[in-house]
Parts: sequence; C-alpha cells; structure tokens
Amino acid sequence: MNRRNIRVSGPLTQAVLGAVALLVAAFLILPVLIIVPVSFTADSFLSFPPPGFSTQWYARVFSRADWLNSAWLSIWIAVVVTVVSTVLGTLGALGLVRGRFIGQRLLLAFIMSPLIVPGVIVAIAIYFFYARLKFVGSPLAIAVAHTTLAVPFVVVNVSAALHGFDRRLEMAAANLGAGRFATFFHVTLPIIRPGIAAGALFAFISSFDELIVAMFIAGPTQVTLPLRMWESMKSSLDPSIAAVSVLAIAISVALFLSSALLQRRARRRSGAASGDPQ
Amino acid sequence: MNRLLRDPAFLVLPLALFLLVFYLLPVVQMLLRSTGADWSFRPFVDAFSSEVTLKVFWLTARIAVIVTVLTLALAYPLAYFIATTGERTAMVLLALVLVPFWTSILIRSYAWMVLLGQNGVVNGFLRWTGVIDAPVRMLNTTFAVYVGMVHVLLPFMVLPILSSLKAIDGRLVAAAENLGAGPGAVFRHVIVPLSMPGVLAGSVLVFVLSLGFYITPALVGGPSDMTVSMLIAGEVDLYRWDVASAIATALLIVTLVTLALFGRVVSLERIFGGAR
Repeated sequence: MNRRNIRVSGPLTQAVLGAVALLVAAFLILPVLIIVPVSFTADSFLSFPPPGFSTQWYARVFSRADWLNSAWLSIWIAVVVTVVSTVLGTLGALGLVRGRFIGQRLLLAFIMSPLIVPGVIVAIAIYFFYARLKFVGSPLAIAVAHTTLAVPFVVVNVSAALHGFDRRLEMAAANLGAGRFATFFHVTLPIIRPGIAAGALFAFISSFDELIVAMFIAGPTQVTLPLRMWESMKSSLDPSIAAVSVLAIAISVALFLSSALLQRRARRRSGAASGDPQ
Repeated sequence: MNRLLRDPAFLVLPLALFLLVFYLLPVVQMLLRSTGADWSFRPFVDAFSSEVTLKVFWLTARIAVIVTVLTLALAYPLAYFIATTGERTAMVLLALVLVPFWTSILIRSYAWMVLLGQNGVVNGFLRWTGVIDAPVRMLNTTFAVYVGMVHVLLPFMVLPILSSLKAIDGRLVAAAENLGAGPGAVFRHVIVPLSMPGVLAGSVLVFVLSLGFYITPALVGGPSDMTVSMLIAGEVDLYRWDVASAIATALLIVTLVTLALFGRVVSLERIFGGAR
C-alpha cells in the first residue's frame, strides 16, 4: 500500500501539518526526557536548569536499603507475574482462537476487561476479598492480583500471532506422523514464540509499574518500587525520585524496544509461514 | 470423553478458573456489599445523598469530556501526518508516541510536577523570556490535571486513528480527485468519514479511561480536583467500605454502559497487540 496515497494537501499545508505534528510529538516526549537532566542535578533540590552535573542522587539511591529492597521486591513480583500470566495467557489464547464454544465473545471481553475497568475498582474489590482471607500484605498476594491485570497483554499478543498462522503446517506435521504434543512443541510453539515473548514483556512492565492495587494490598513491610516513589512524591520533590524514574524508564524503553523487534519478527514469521508476501 | 478433552477450547479453562476466583469473585462480592446486608441498598442511599458524591461524579464527567475533546484535537493532526509522511519520519514519530505509552503513569505525572512547579521548567522558561515576572501557579490546579491527563491518554487516541487512516484505500482519494474534488473536499468527504471508526474508538477509550483516573489528578491537581476514584480511595481509608463499594459500583455501571453503547468500535487488540 502506498502511504502517500491519502495525502491530499499541497506542500505548504503539509509543512504546516508537519509543524503541528512535531509540536504534539514534542509535547509527548519532552516531559519524559526532562527527567534525565533533572536527575543529574548538583543541587540539593529540584531546579531547572540544573546548576551543575552530579551523580549524587544515583549514588544515594543505590546506597539506601529501602529503595533497593523495593526494587528487588518489584522485580521479584514482576518475574512471578510474567511466568504465571504467560503460561495462563498462552493456553487461554490457544483455547480462544482455536476452540469454538458458547459464550466465547463474552469470555474474551471478561478476560480483557482489566485493561478498561478503573484500577481503583479492581484494587478495592481485591483488597476486600483478601482482607477476608487474611491474605493482605504478602508479595504473593500482590503477584496474584497483578497477574489478573497482566494476562490480557499476553492473550492479545499470542492471539495476534495465532491469527496469522497457517494451520496447514500443523496438518503437515501430523501427516508426517507427529503426535499432538510433538506438533505443538516443534511447529506451533516456535512460530508463535515472538508473540508469546512480546506478551511476556508487556506483562512484566505492567506489573513492574503497577501502583494502585499495590497501594491497597501491600503491607507496611512490602513496599513496591512504584509505591515508594508515590509516597516520596507526595511528601517532597527530592531529586532521588528523578534518578529512580530514569532507571525505571531505561528498563521500560529497553523492554519496549525488544518487544517492537519481537513483534516485527512475529509478523514476518507468521507472514512467511502463511505464504503471504508481506 | 477423550475426544471432548481434545477440544482446544479446554485450554482456556485454567485462565478462566484463575480469573473466576481472583477477579470475578472479588468484584461480585464488592457488588453485593454495595447492596447492603438486607438488599436495602443503604450504601447507595448513604453515598448519593451526599452533595460531595454527586459533585465529584459531575466533575469527573466534565474532566473526561474535556480531556477527550482536547486529546482528539491534538491526536488527529499527528496521526494524519504520520499516515501521509515518508516511512522513516513516520517510524520516528510513532516511536515518540510509543515510548511515553510504555512509561508508567506515575513517572509521567511526576514529570509534570517537575515541569509545572513554582521553580519548575515552564516557570523558569517564561521568566527567562520575560513573559512573566513572578512564577505562575500551575501545579496543583485543574489546568495541570488537563495537561497531565491529555499527555497520558494521547497515545490511546493516536493509535486507533492512525490504524483507520492507514486502512483507507488510496484509490478512493484518487477517484475523488479525478471527479474534480479539491483537497478540502477530499479531506472532508473521503478521509474524515473513513477515519471515523478510529476517531470513535479512540474517543470511547479515552473517555472511559478518564472516568477512572486516579494517580495523575491526585499528584498534579488542586484540593478541589477530586475524581470518583479518589473519592472511593478516601472512603476506603475512612473504613466506610460499604459506601466505597456503592460508589465503585456506580462508576463500574457508568463505564460498562458507555462501553455497551459505543464499545463495539473499540479494538483493544489494535492498541495493545501485534497489529501495529
């Protein structure tokens, strides 16, 4: 498809449009970038432009046990969430894409709903439920709740990979004598693997960044990284939050870039597998 | 029996059971809590007989409408430019949309605290250019809430509009031009109508997500900028769990009704999935 085909304006209008688009894009990206120079300030409080360059806030973050404990807790929870939601979500996507059953659309809407339902509603529902079970305050409790919120990302990405999949490859494997499990592990899984990996990355980020549920069900000793950031943001504008933010953004961007590569590979692979020259 | 178990539909069972226990059951219990012990709907009466609750619902709806309109006004030109420019520029601009999309809402709200504060970047810039003499109060105002929320929600509008613009068949534009339509007429009568699915999808999504906002207004808003989600959290802190459940139920109903009325157009797969 030729991208230029829907351009209707002359060069002047296109230039004005380009300027507007650039301003909007700058509005999107600059606030994220501005944290980087702020985190390297030599000052003892937030100021812009920073009076001098210093890594003091990074040094402070890495020397403080509370920040490090929170970071490890968040990583630990996110890893558990990623593993559980990837397994549940991949199986779920296989069932939803390959199976035909009554209430299928409703079930899909239900699985996807955590992306849309306001976070506070999910958070207090789970909080009341856990409170009754005396399950509040354990890292496992947070991981279970985060899995609910992370699973839709896996289902979406694995479903997308399955939709562009040529079933004849599986039939060929079966005709050549492969059993159901051999077919799955040698044919299906390698083809949808980039989709699974992309879903897993999104699941990790969604848990690592999650604040609202953690706010309600984390106990005083189980402070996740977003929760600690939230609490210090409310009390002060201490530049060490900027340093933590830059580290968190770096993790997110690295994961995002790998997922973009994975998605591209998934598309290419499923395109090649279905003989569709894309 | 063995054949029945071979049905791939069974693969969804572990996930369905997990969500049933850890998601549906808690939500249903919360809904039941909001009806009161004896189905008297007492928590609803308590919640909605208060002026504050009604006012907060009204404020939240107003914020959601304004944010949706602002987001649409900013997103359409950006999406249209991305759809009509060269491949490389389009990729760079798309990355500029997606990087903030995957940065946490908490960090982006903090960025606005840094930008809009009394000694913040914006005030510093305005004073340096001589536009103002004394710092202007921008943080902890309704203005900051709009700016922060538009920033967070913009990608949710750009992505669906872009995807419907990309789906437009260029031959329709060529046909309209051959029949004598000028650029303005082609834009109004071909491009705008054909991009409507994306506009609607983005608007519904942004509106519904705005209704549930908590972190951004809590950090950058002023004392009067209370959203329904903040009200619910406040009631939980006061141990008024039944009232909190009633307000949450009302918010859930508003969300689901909006989606039921307009939600057919929203494709979450397009936004969060591999369709990019």
